[in-house]
Amino acid sequence: MILVLVGVSLLVFAMMMLLPPGQRVAAYVTNDRVSPAQMDALIAKYGLNAPAPLQYVRWVTNMLHGEFGYSITASSPVLKGFTRFFPVSVELVLFAAPLIILTGIFLGTLGAVRKDTPVDHVTRVLAIVGFSVPTFWLGLLLMMIFYGFLGIFPPGAISTDARNIVFSDAYHQYTRLVTLDAILNWRWDVFWDAFYRMVLPTLNLVVINSALIMRLMRSSMLESLGQDYMMTARAKGADRRTLFRHHARRNAMLPVITISGITFAELMGGMVITETIFDRKGIGWWMAQAALQLDVAAIMFDVLFLGTIYVVINLIVDLIYAYVDPRVRLS
Amino acid sequence: METKTDTRRLNTIHPRLRELLFTMRRFLKNPLSVIGVSLVVIFGLIALLAPVLQPPKYADPYKIPHTGFRIEPSPPSAEHPLGTMQQQYDMLYGLVWGTRSAFRIGVLVVAANLFIGIILGVLAGYFGGTVDEVIMRITDIFFAIPFLVMAMALVVAIGRGLKAVVIVLIILGWPSYTRVLRSDILVTRGKDFILAARASGASHLRIMITHVLPNALYSVIILASLNIGTTILTAAALSFLGLGSETGTADWGQIISLCRSWIVGTPGNRFAYWYTVFVPGAVISLFVLGWNLMGDAVRDVFDPRMRRR
Repeated sequence: MILVLVGVSLLVFAMMMLLPPGQRVAAYVTNDRVSPAQMDALIAKYGLNAPAPLQYVRWVTNMLHGEFGYSITASSPVLKGFTRFFPVSVELVLFAAPLIILTGIFLGTLGAVRKDTPVDHVTRVLAIVGFSVPTFWLGLLLMMIFYGFLGIFPPGAISTDARNIVFSDAYHQYTRLVTLDAILNWRWDVFWDAFYRMVLPTLNLVVINSALIMRLMRSSMLESLGQDYMMTARAKGADRRTLFRHHARRNAMLPVITISGITFAELMGGMVITETIFDRKGIGWWMAQAALQLDVAAIMFDVLFLGTIYVVINLIVDLIYAYVDPRVRLS
Repeated sequence: METKTDTRRLNTIHPRLRELLFTMRRFLKNPLSVIGVSLVVIFGLIALLAPVLQPPKYADPYKIPHTGFRIEPSPPSAEHPLGTMQQQYDMLYGLVWGTRSAFRIGVLVVAANLFIGIILGVLAGYFGGTVDEVIMRITDIFFAIPFLVMAMALVVAIGRGLKAVVIVLIILGWPSYTRVLRSDILVTRGKDFILAARASGASHLRIMITHVLPNALYSVIILASLNIGTTILTAAALSFLGLGSETGTADWGQIISLCRSWIVGTPGNRFAYWYTVFVPGAVISLFVLGWNLMGDAVRDVFDPRMRRR
């Protein structure tokens, strides 16, 4: 795993080395009025013309000391920007991820159990839509219908009024997750405000990202229903409910667990688009802005950060798999 | 359902033809497959006939002609059958040439991915050992970063534009083919007929090309068909984010990004600009849907495990 992380950092570094030093120096510039002479001085100071291996070592050392450079898009050091943007994304993931998994598993199971009925056809069409519709278009459509036409579910993470409350003295930001903080502060008006604006982005992510799980769950459930142990269970007199829940679905879940890592990667890609469209200033939004404005420090940090999270998630998925699958657990 | 006489009649014809008939019947039985292939064919025709359907006005046909600079999109009219986008770019022209552009990008990227992916996959799967280890660790690294995020970073590094998007998708897209092909080859490699070929003195290259590859190729081809859709979605997403083509290029993602400011209508008519948001996205969705359904159809028809069910 460490090896993969080193590889990822090398890859990120190699990508950014494609840019000329004059653009990479942006990571150290903290204001927008810098003369060419000062730029050259900065390039010399931070050794951006040095041989690549030397620069790589310096970059990694800096990172291990917690120095990630200055981000123009966050107009603050990268780490500070990160603490501001990260909670916004975490909050959306906390809402979306469980819903994605539950929707996928529920509709997939439903399709398999009611195979070839209208219910099955509807769930299959839903999965196909999730695969084919671009995330950004679905988001725009949702906004057009709900916000543009019906005038509900506005974009943004929080309204100005609620923001004023959040930043007032009487209000404590315990976790920086707006909804959770609101409950802890017993401010239900803030909670509803934030929750209300979370509906469309969540819906957008769920429709797109549950398709893969839905489809896999359906096929693996069908396979599991055709196994001999189902016959055995039926012969022993188990009712339909036990049959489906304990015998079929447990086994059908295994491949779904393996795929959940991929779902998570897609979710992160979906966050970039969803946060951009619904104007939620999270990591995805930051990444998109950084890419547009050549904010090298932020791009390197974001890619590395998301890569690290993804590697960790995959590790967790492997551990869960090992725990759930008796064949692995007992060997 | 085949009747008895039907089967007997089939048995008298050449086995190859019989297989073909079986394949066709299998394919026509599933309405989704037929829809998928029809969609791909229709889009293919639009792409091929673009110069006839919408004769280009400039030397570069991928530039959408626009009549005026008025920001506000205008609704469908005789002159602009699908209306215009922001700055009066003609929607129909953009979508027709966008189809051609999508085909070019999709086919080019996936062909290049296949080429790289197959070579590395065959090397890794057939030789195993150190070669396998090195190639697989490299694919691990590629899989360790979310695709869209890495694509964004690489596009920035190369320098924005449609060309950069294509290069990036080629660089990043091959690992999935390598993985799938490698695991298929690992299965094939152990089969007796490979051993027989080796014993009869066939060279490594010959075994690879005539024995191993054809047996392991199906899943890769299915993956390729499914990936054309995904490739176009990613390219469109990059253009939408502003990293792809320039404003006014006939490119689907670019067209939608031109339309994103128009989700809220005028005070009197809240759906005033629905056409400018709805139409281009629907076109992308149908295109991707077509390739996805076709990928499924190819799997149903050719994959030996699904075929006889």
